[in-house]
Amino acid sequence: MNAQTLNLPTKPNAPLSMWQWWGRAMVVPYLLIFVIFVLYPVGYGLWLARHPQSYVELMNDPIFFRSALNTLVFLVVAINIKMLVALGLSGFFVNTRWWVKWVAAIFILPWAVPSIPTILSVRFMLNPEWGIINSAIFRWTGLDGPNWLNDPTLALSLSMLMHVWKSLPFWTLILVAGRLAIPAEQYEAASVDGATTWQKFTFITWPSMRSLYLTSTILSMIWTLGDFNSVYLLTGGGPADMTHVLATLGIRYLRLDQVDLAMASIVVALPFVLPLVYFMMKRLSK
Amino acid sequence: MSLKKIATEAKLLLIGIPVLIWTLFPIYHMVLFAISPRDTATSGHLWPESPTLQNFEIVFKRDHFYLDHFWQQLGNSFVIALSVGALTLFVATTAAFAISRLKVRGGRTVMNLALFTYFIPAAFLAVPMYKTMGLYGLLNNQWSLILAMVTIASPYCIWVLKQASDKLPYELDEAARMDGATPLQLFWMVYLPLMVPSLVAVGTYALLLAWNEYLYAFLLLSKDQDVTLSVALGNFLSADDSPWELLMATGLIYALPPAAIYYSFKRYMVSGLTAGAVKS
Repeated sequence: MNAQTLNLPTKPNAPLSMWQWWGRAMVVPYLLIFVIFVLYPVGYGLWLARHPQSYVELMNDPIFFRSALNTLVFLVVAINIKMLVALGLSGFFVNTRWWVKWVAAIFILPWAVPSIPTILSVRFMLNPEWGIINSAIFRWTGLDGPNWLNDPTLALSLSMLMHVWKSLPFWTLILVAGRLAIPAEQYEAASVDGATTWQKFTFITWPSMRSLYLTSTILSMIWTLGDFNSVYLLTGGGPADMTHVLATLGIRYLRLDQVDLAMASIVVALPFVLPLVYFMMKRLSK
Repeated sequence: MSLKKIATEAKLLLIGIPVLIWTLFPIYHMVLFAISPRDTATSGHLWPESPTLQNFEIVFKRDHFYLDHFWQQLGNSFVIALSVGALTLFVATTAAFAISRLKVRGGRTVMNLALFTYFIPAAFLAVPMYKTMGLYGLLNNQWSLILAMVTIASPYCIWVLKQASDKLPYELDEAARMDGATPLQLFWMVYLPLMVPSLVAVGTYALLLAWNEYLYAFLLLSKDQDVTLSVALGNFLSADDSPWELLMATGLIYALPPAAIYYSFKRYMVSGLTAGAVKS
């Protein structure tokens, strides 16, 4: 309403007011970035993906099916585990004890440090011959540990764990902020009425967090589709290209100089991605 | 009563200790490697047998062919991260000011375009981005990485800044206008000073995003003198018998600046970046 009153002097055909002129000038830098580095590339990419032949080739590539399946598993399993753990841990981190605050400060480290050195560190600890984990297994049991990254199922699970390790702190932080927004009186009143911890959760915490939890889960799914590092740096897509996800598969095609296939593999994912994006835009542009 | 207190404390510790181990183990392992000499690094021990700083000395003196351009690459990472931080701040602040305070017509559409970009998975955009950077003739030029990272970082920054600036009282702008302030004066003298906490948050966010980036950096840059330290670290993987202890020492050096920056600006980061999310 304020905006309306202030815009009054600008009649439909009058020259732009100084304020509107500056307004337009100040969105130009972002619009330029958007047109040159988002709109044009996306349009060009879709144009590259126009050949039906690419999709036939894609469907005939067993690696594509495996990757699509892996991506689905990644999204459904890893994200839900991560969000549930984050929801639980957020209850721990709202504690005001001094040592919990210290744990919280350390807990954020995986998110604050770059992924490459930490993921490579995990890759080395999983080395079957000299890795710290198999050495410990051998020392304590006398048995040889598994060849972690050489088994597709184990390797993909470890990539998912890597992803959880890296992004759990961020989502826990978001959910902690959500919990802190709940008025403390509600809990006090419930305590007076003799509510159990579980009842407090189901009747106070969850109803006020449900919407945030859902938004976070969907946002996390969209971002995880783009998680290249957790898979590429840990398994490199191996063994035998069995642990690729769509994010690494596109890059693999790109490096093999099969750009049409790379774009096609992304276009195939769009029917699943766009509804999520639409949902998120509805939520956030309110 | 005190027995109950001890029980609660024990329950909390039962969560806190595993959380600490889970969080710190990969980082501890990285440090362990970085301070172990070549022959004991891969001996699989949980404790350093003969801790040494020799690896760091090798890195700093560039005493290995993987490290020939170490200082140059560290410099590249700094220059690129700082440029991305500064450019993103410029692009995002002007856009957020125009949309939120000047109420520019079509501002809502611009916000939606930005949000749409924010929701494109980064690895999906990488393929067409790589091809178009080739068309623009920017491949192997550091500007390509800087501009790509500004593209990826700015949507979220615009959104966070818009959320924050919507909360500023509109009477401030009105008062400034009454006094005859121009839009630029309003921007410089009223808006920016009030937005400092959010600006610190999004500037740091963009800077860290660029410093930590691996995928775009290794796609868009290839010459050893041009790449960032992240790509140089990835290049160690090209051989099976690379000096892993040197890789971990370099990785530790590479991980320190972002961690230091994050902890120095933690106050701003947490409130600035979570504020928007909680609203919805």
